[in-house]
Formats: sequence, C-alpha cells, structure tokens
Amino acid sequence: MCGIVGIYLKNQGLNPELGGLLAAMLVEMSDRGPDSAGIALYRDPVPDSSCKLTLYAAYRYDWDALRAEMAVQLGADVKLHIHASHAVVIVTTRVAPVQDWLRTEHPELRIMSAGSAIEIYKEKGQPREFVREFSLHELNGSHALGHTRMATESAVTTEHSHPFSTGMDLCLVHNGSLSNHNRLRQKLRNEGVDIQTDNDSEVAAGYLMWRLREGDSLEDALERALNDLDGFYTFAIGTKDGFAVLRDPIACKPAVMAETDDWVAMSSEFRAIAQLPGVENAAIWEPSPATVYTWGQ
Amino acid sequence: MTNPGGRHCIACGIDADVELSIDGHVGYYCGGMNKKAQITVLGNAGPGVAENIMSGTVRVTGNASQYAGASGRGGTVIIEGDASARCGISMKGVDIVVAGSVGHMSAFLAQKGRLVICGDAGDFLGDSIYEACIFVRGKVGELGADCIEKEMTAEHAEGLRQLLAASGIDANADEFRRYGSARKLYNFDIDHADEY
Repeated sequence: MCGIVGIYLKNQGLNPELGGLLAAMLVEMSDRGPDSAGIALYRDPVPDSSCKLTLYAAYRYDWDALRAEMAVQLGADVKLHIHASHAVVIVTTRVAPVQDWLRTEHPELRIMSAGSAIEIYKEKGQPREFVREFSLHELNGSHALGHTRMATESAVTTEHSHPFSTGMDLCLVHNGSLSNHNRLRQKLRNEGVDIQTDNDSEVAAGYLMWRLREGDSLEDALERALNDLDGFYTFAIGTKDGFAVLRDPIACKPAVMAETDDWVAMSSEFRAIAQLPGVENAAIWEPSPATVYTWGQ
Repeated sequence: MTNPGGRHCIACGIDADVELSIDGHVGYYCGGMNKKAQITVLGNAGPGVAENIMSGTVRVTGNASQYAGASGRGGTVIIEGDASARCGISMKGVDIVVAGSVGHMSAFLAQKGRLVICGDAGDFLGDSIYEACIFVRGKVGELGADCIEKEMTAEHAEGLRQLLAASGIDANADEFRRYGSARKLYNFDIDHADEY
C-alpha cells in the first residue's frame, strides 16, 4: 500500500526540528507501510566545489578505512558521518570522479544519493525502528520526504525501499503500482539509464532522470510521465529547493496537502499531517489528478 | 468527540438513534454503515465518509475526500464544503447533498438514490449509471458513459426542494438540472454493442 510524507519548512527557524517533525509523520504512516522506511533529507548544503553522497553497506563496515582511502585516492578532503548502516561522505571535488571511483573500487557499497544537500536513508523494518536507528529526531534540514513501504510488486529489501534517487539532489517516493514497468525498464536501460532493481518505483525514478538528462524541466518531465507511465500513483519528488507532487489521472491513490505560514506538508493520509504544530490553522486540500505541483524557493 | 486527529473508522456501525458530534478532521470511513444516528463532523472527512450508510444522517461541515457515501443504501449524507472524486460511487439508495462541488467520476455506477451538487461536477459524471438521479446547479465536465441530461419534472423538482430544505442547504431547486441514465448500457441491446 505505502505511505508518503513530505514537509517543506517555510520558517527556517524550524530547521532544527525537521527530523522530529518528519519522524512523527513517518511513524503515523506505519499502518500503510510496515515493511520498510526511507527518507530523503535536505540539509547542510555543501559548497559548489564539493559533493555529498550517502552510502549504504549491507554489513558491518569499516567506514574509517574507506574515508582514509578516499582522501588518498581522490586527492581531496573527505568528511564522513555514520548513520546506522549508512554513511554520509562530503568530498572536496566534483561528484562524477567520486561516483566512478566508488563504483569501480567499492561495488559492495550502494550509493543511495548524490548532490549537495540530499541525504537518503532507507532500511527494512518498522518505521518506528527506523526513526530510532537513524536518530531522526536529532537531524535538522530545510525539507524532507519520507516513505513507508508495503511491498506489492517486488521483494522487501533495503535496495527496494524508497526514496529512489533520480539524479543530483533528486529523489522520488511512490504510493501505487506501475503496470508497464518491465517494458519501460528495458527501454530506459537501452537509453543508458542505470536501473539496479526490479522495483517498479525505481523505474519511475529512472524515467525522470532520463527526461531531465534529455533537457526537460522537472515539470515537463512529470507531464510526460502522465503519458508514459501506466499504473496508479501518487509521486512526491524531492528537489534541492523543495518538492513536487503528481497524482495519476484517475487519482487512484490518496494525497493530502496542508500549508501554514511555517510549512507546506504532504501525506497519503491527513492523520500524518495532524501531527504537525499549527495544523489547526492550516489550509488543507487535495492535489488534483494529472496536475504537477511544485513548492520551493 | 474531540481531537479525532484524522483517525480512521470513527463512529462506524452505529445502530441507534443517537447524536454524535466530532470536533475536528476525521480520516477514512467515518460514520460507515451508519444506522439511525445523526453524526456531524465539524471539520473535513477523509475517503469513504458514511460508506454503506443504511439510515440516519452524516453531515460534514468541511470538505470530504474521495468516494463519499460510497455504496450507501439509505439515509442522508450532507457535505457543506466540496467532495472529491467518485462521490456517491455505487450508491444504492442514499441521498447525498453537496453544497460545493464534486470531483471526477462522481455517481459512477450509481444504482439508486439522489446526488445533489450545488456547485460543479468534474468529468465523467454518472459513468455507467443505473437509476440514481443526479441534480447539478453548476457546470458539468464531460459526462460519463450513458449519462445524459434529463427533463426536470415537477415531481423531481419538488423532491429536490424537500431534500435541500431537510439538509439545511440554501439553494433554489429551480436552478438545478437533472442527469441520469440513457439506459442503453445496462440494458443490453445488440444494436448498441459498439457503445461498450
């Protein structure tokens, strides 16, 4: 079934509380997704000359050794912060050489995200456990997406969890099910898009990456998606500056939006938004089907 | 009841002539399967409000999400704001009165009862409708399969007047148009086979 949550802080004074707000929304969506949880946080942006990646290790990992090796091999300053099974690395170079090096030298690691502000964490297990494991309450940021998964089309693994990263500082979470994902995966691979799992949502993420690579704006790419994706969906897409929401033309899957002077929030169900401070004064509405919505700076 | 916090399945299956007021927004299926009770939601309702209502009244002072009154068999559902997609889907005798507008595919497969829309109706209104009556005051998008505008008879108008009054909705029955089944889809006729 899956649950989606998203929050964008208009009042930057609330940035230190982002993790706590997201955690409350995420746990409230546990019923919709008990299998796995994942988040994309946008926080502590690094300068243009640097890049930030989130890495995942499926087993206990010697991150310190990796950090040291990266510094030497990439000839750059490397900072590394461990978050449960993931690590955030900040490298004082462009992202491409770092990604290439990691893919060649450390294929045992999975690159969950890359960009300047984004950090993606995802894991199997109950959302409540996830929040605890990743100390979500301690994390700050400007905006975030979250996802709780009830797997329907593919297996329950960390790699199959959402969000899926679609490119630099970009990610996607999905509630629904795509029916043409197999054919589309083939087509995207032929276009040189790297799709790693059999997960249908990853295909949607890959599709967006392909369109953006071809020069579409995010809005145009999402408009095209309405024609090219077959199935039912509410998508929330995270960008460096905010987020976007798209529902399929029949609006099969739920979506609720709310806005106050302090934040814009989105969720599959109102009860997640009901957790937020000031919600009693919020404007509440449902996004229309087949309509691209974007928020951000 | 205070502080519903958007929770689901509040006040489902009541079978008594009681009055219940819920102060806040509710989640899915509030007042589902209601019998005899008078339920008021002082806020918004999530999907499926009053689904399968048998009798009694469910009133929402705010907006209702998708499939409000789904499969309702009796009683009255009143939405003082807007309702979303698929309002009155598969209705089986319930009366639904929406002071605002409804979303697409409303009254989809509606078999019996009345759906009254004081505002506008989205696309595909009354798709595959059976014998339910739809009354619309505002604009209607693209009509659904086999749904057509029909004559507003004096009998229909009087019934609508009474329903609006009983619902406490201030609207003039004479400003509404009636929509219903062309009866070509649910009565199979080989000559209409290409409409399928």
